[in-house]
Amino acid sequence: MNFRVIFALVLRYLYLYTRTPMRMVELVFWPVVDLVVWGNVTVFIQKNSNPDFGHFILFMLGGMILWDIMFRAQQGVAISFLEDVWTRNLLNVFVAPVRTSEYVGATFIVGLLRIAVTAVVLGLISWVGYAFNIFSLGGWLLPFFLNLLAFGWALGLLSTGLILRYGQAAESLAWAIPFFFQPVVAVFYRVEDMPAWSQPIAWCLPPTYIFEGMRQVMQSGQMRWDYLAWAAGLNVLCLAGAGALFGWILQQTRRRGLLTKFATQ
Amino acid sequence: MPSSASSDPREVILQAHHLTREFDGVRALDDFCFELRRGEVLGLLGANGAGKTTAMNCLLGLTLPTSGSVSAFGLDLQRHRIEILKRANFCSAYTALPGNLLVRQNLTVFARIYGVPDANARIAELMELLEIPHLAGRVTGQLSAGESTRVNLVKALLNRPELLMLDEPTASLDPDIADKVRKVVRRVQRENQLGILYTSHNMRDIEEVCDRVIFLHRGRVVCEGTPTDLLARSSSQSLEDVFIKIARDGEILQEPPTPPSA
Repeated sequence: MNFRVIFALVLRYLYLYTRTPMRMVELVFWPVVDLVVWGNVTVFIQKNSNPDFGHFILFMLGGMILWDIMFRAQQGVAISFLEDVWTRNLLNVFVAPVRTSEYVGATFIVGLLRIAVTAVVLGLISWVGYAFNIFSLGGWLLPFFLNLLAFGWALGLLSTGLILRYGQAAESLAWAIPFFFQPVVAVFYRVEDMPAWSQPIAWCLPPTYIFEGMRQVMQSGQMRWDYLAWAAGLNVLCLAGAGALFGWILQQTRRRGLLTKFATQ
Repeated sequence: MPSSASSDPREVILQAHHLTREFDGVRALDDFCFELRRGEVLGLLGANGAGKTTAMNCLLGLTLPTSGSVSAFGLDLQRHRIEILKRANFCSAYTALPGNLLVRQNLTVFARIYGVPDANARIAELMELLEIPHLAGRVTGQLSAGESTRVNLVKALLNRPELLMLDEPTASLDPDIADKVRKVVRRVQRENQLGILYTSHNMRDIEEVCDRVIFLHRGRVVCEGTPTDLLARSSSQSLEDVFIKIARDGEILQEPPTPPSA
């Protein structure tokens, strides 16, 4: 893997974001809308319910911000790929000395940068507007962040692979894929509150352990280490599986001669 | 691995070995063989659907052949794709650099990908050569077809390639710009002993730029030779007539009889 090539590809996205401020708005606008709507709804519910229900606003806003970290990581990978498709640049990249791992590595870094921007803005608004400080998660924030980042990258590879396989008609998967998983990873509610049939599915997905862990930390300041171990282990499997699937689809696309049609359509 | 500094003018730098590519049972490319030597400009001609694009895609590693193989600089393309692509480049009328970036930004990105030393100076030198230094600060998506082609050519020459593949570089250009592009290609090719594979539907391009020509018809090579040879063999007035004969009838021009040895 050549880091010079990765940096060059990242530079292309940095140029893109600095040249087109509307993309920065997109990066910030939807998360802020989500945060404000959820924040207001949560405050309303909390004011009109049992005072023992004290952690409700923390759970909701914490879940929302952590979910957005995962979503932005996935978007970093999938949208970066689509940017190359939309600008008919994909062919230029594929005939340049760029390894698949370098291309994917660059989209991972773009995902990381997107998260950094979004997280700072959301963290600030939730602190100022709702007295919720994401840093109250303390040292746990880092492993939470890394695990959600890894699962977001895996989903990004999965989305990109499916778009490669089914063409631009499948573009909407870039936005839809994370939401296939949202109902079963316990973002806003506990696994025990989910229907019994869906609970085993939830425990097979790494983000479930992170969102459950987040609620534990907020309630008691502690988290079960085995949750972190499960999340990390499952993430390794998910990333390896998504990477292998992406590589296989790319090879099949070349074998079927679809890469150039896809890149120039 | 052969040295990139090698300049043996007879060195074969690109070779297709019995390349066949089928799509749903239809042979888009059928037992395609050829060699491109250092310093040679080889025209790949044929009507729409003759197999040129499939051949180009196989030669770039974008499409895998059903059978056969490609080698460049003595290396197998499938196994040494990155090493080969470092020494090659590509320009097509059908691809674009990202339209939302400035020309300078796009070229900087590709210069870094190729690891071009002193990238800014190299970009300036090539933009001067193609008479477009004034475009550096322009938004790529707002360029005219002629400007865009020349910017793509700058990108294709950034890494001082030994092998250049040009896919219809003068498509949609006016005669003046097309003439400038041909002259630049020929000049750069001569100065650097570049091997160029050139596809075009513009026979003027082929006559002016190519040393040798391969005609494809339904995926097969139907004739091969210098433009002058082909005219003589077909008793045609122009290469355009040769093209039409082959495109319509798949006419095979016989090789000239081998002169008796002394």
